[in-house]
Amino acid sequence: MHRREFYKLLGLGAAAGLSLPSLLRAQPLGRDAYHLPRFGNVHLMHMTDVHAQLLPVHYREPSVNIGVHDARNRPPHLVGEALLRYFDIAPGSQAAHALTHIDYLAAAEQFGRAGGFAHIATLVKRLRADRPGALLLDGGDLWQGSATALWTAGQDMVDASKLLGVDVMTGHWEFTLGTDRVMEIVNRDLVGHINFVAQNVKDMDFGDPVFASHTLKEINGVPVAIIGQAFPYTPIANPAYLTAGWTFGIQERELQIKVDEVRAAGAQVVVLLSHNGADTDIKLASRVTGIDAILGGHTHDAIPSALQIKNPGGMTLVTNGGSNGKFLGVLDFDVRDGRIRDWSYRLLPVFAELLPPDPAMGDLIARIRAPFAEQLTQPLAMTDDLLYRRGNFTGTFDQLICEALMDELDAPIALSPGFRWGTTLLPDTAITMEDLMAQVAITYPGVTLTEMSGAFLKRILEDIADNLFHPDPYYQQGGDMVRSGGLQYSISPLARAGSRINELTLGSKPIDATKTYKVAGWASMQPVESEPIWDVVERWLRAQGRVQGVRPNQPEVVGLQNNYGIA
Amino acid sequence: MTTIYAKCISRRGWLRWTLILSAAAAFPGRAWAAVARPKEAFSATALDEALAALGDAPQVHEGIQFMTPDIAENGAVVPIRIQVDSEVLPNVSKVSVLVEMNPNPLAASFDIPPGTEVYIETRVKVAQTCTLYAVAEADGQLYMQSRETKVTLGGCGG
Repeated sequence: MHRREFYKLLGLGAAAGLSLPSLLRAQPLGRDAYHLPRFGNVHLMHMTDVHAQLLPVHYREPSVNIGVHDARNRPPHLVGEALLRYFDIAPGSQAAHALTHIDYLAAAEQFGRAGGFAHIATLVKRLRADRPGALLLDGGDLWQGSATALWTAGQDMVDASKLLGVDVMTGHWEFTLGTDRVMEIVNRDLVGHINFVAQNVKDMDFGDPVFASHTLKEINGVPVAIIGQAFPYTPIANPAYLTAGWTFGIQERELQIKVDEVRAAGAQVVVLLSHNGADTDIKLASRVTGIDAILGGHTHDAIPSALQIKNPGGMTLVTNGGSNGKFLGVLDFDVRDGRIRDWSYRLLPVFAELLPPDPAMGDLIARIRAPFAEQLTQPLAMTDDLLYRRGNFTGTFDQLICEALMDELDAPIALSPGFRWGTTLLPDTAITMEDLMAQVAITYPGVTLTEMSGAFLKRILEDIADNLFHPDPYYQQGGDMVRSGGLQYSISPLARAGSRINELTLGSKPIDATKTYKVAGWASMQPVESEPIWDVVERWLRAQGRVQGVRPNQPEVVGLQNNYGIA
Repeated sequence: MTTIYAKCISRRGWLRWTLILSAAAAFPGRAWAAVARPKEAFSATALDEALAALGDAPQVHEGIQFMTPDIAENGAVVPIRIQVDSEVLPNVSKVSVLVEMNPNPLAASFDIPPGTEVYIETRVKVAQTCTLYAVAEADGQLYMQSRETKVTLGGCGG
């Protein structure tokens, strides 16, 4: 693989900004690591998929993030060494740790935790000091993912993001709080503070917009339109009953109309704040004209440079800003006489040890946590293993959840959703209630025990594999493969829908299409009245006392040669 | 009977008229149906059969704009929209919707009175992931556009 060829292929110019030079060095960083001189006159800061992580976290980036067809060996589908080579990042550097799984444990101990709202607040203030008029945009998945976010129905994150100074946001997991709660927050808490924008959420009866489609802001005299794109497949990937009466979708045609409309209204810079996912954004950028930049999220891909995607109207920048508060994107435009002359993009890793906490944000976080302190810090068990989730097929934390489900519900097979959020725990630490909730804090947590035929089991796996590996990103949903306990299989990502999953076995016996199997699971798409997953896993962890030897159940991946999405 | 509902809705101080043509398949009236209902096409159980019952093999035509979701939010009620640009494709007298993998692929058929701009919004059932066809008849010829709509069990996103 030649990097130059890929650059050419993508039109990824030399101007595409990498991380700060000092973050690329293997040496520890000084205080000026985050000094980023002002560029241009239109400044946008972007964070996304924070998943309610108010405190600094470890989050292991995937070692398996496969791209197929057009997305093969193209960002974001490069992992480990291939990613470092492609973006010219020094192995062993702070940036390398932020972006890859390489030597994870040693690097995590060396460089410490990432993100945390008090540290992000310090960084945002520093950037704002050099960039008057800068806007802070959040791409969604902000109000969900932690114990306190679930227990306060998102209120903690709403308050924290207002204090942080988020100006514009869109959504996905926000909607799993239910339509009433979302509208309550939008109409009560956000008014006058945060514009919640989404051009692709409509009322199901008449097609009326549920939210404002966009906001027009002036930055240093330049009119800038920020159009919102909520996660298009919310009622499919999450329970539809939580968003009853709303319809989503990519709505590409409507988006083009909206872009033309804001241009006609005088916008000199048009930005799409998107929760489509990286591959969908790349396709969208090649088809819709008149968008200067898509600031993207959903797929949790930390892409260090802005991709330049050509379309019939010119070029659109596409970024994806990682997750869990680990990164802050900074996009600057130099706009003169109504035209963009130049641009610069940096994806800054947020290392908590390099940024002193902001006192006001620190106080707010302490106040949010105080009523729950006892529950949050309860140790449930010790872990000897590195526990993480992210990856296309499995993670050790998911394996732990599957083991707990099989033991507690007495089932030979467990299925656990392929979420991309969920933080990482280093070995030899206590698993607290808060750590567990960071994997399972959802509004539809009930566990299920279902009798399924072997044929239906295969259909489930095929369906989800197609959501991950469909050749056309518009038909993907951006989650990872369902995690399985007990069940083994092989997967051919390049095969046609319905024939990717093979060699399904339980123990060493082939799964019989006509036989019935007991399957434990959670996060059902239908309303269920049952014990929440956190109670089940808590009970199991307490009984274990110590977690050791968790071996991720990795399917055999077939038919991928020289794919740099697998380390 | 093919029913035409005219809805007069007052919202935000302005009036919007929505014409909803309900599918002939959903409300097969007696007297009218005998005249207009392509009985053979509706009872066909394979796509080719249904298409053959409508006429000669249709050609792809850019004058037909066919919107379906990439992934259905609910396979039981999949919203579709068909628009025909009469300057590009004039004299459309009939529009049909076919869902490839349904037990009976022909889901709806609309008779278009002369001089009518074709704009149809309706919902069809889509049993499983497959291709949907919008077929327009003009001057005895069939024209079409097609799109794939995925029907998935869902879950697991994000």
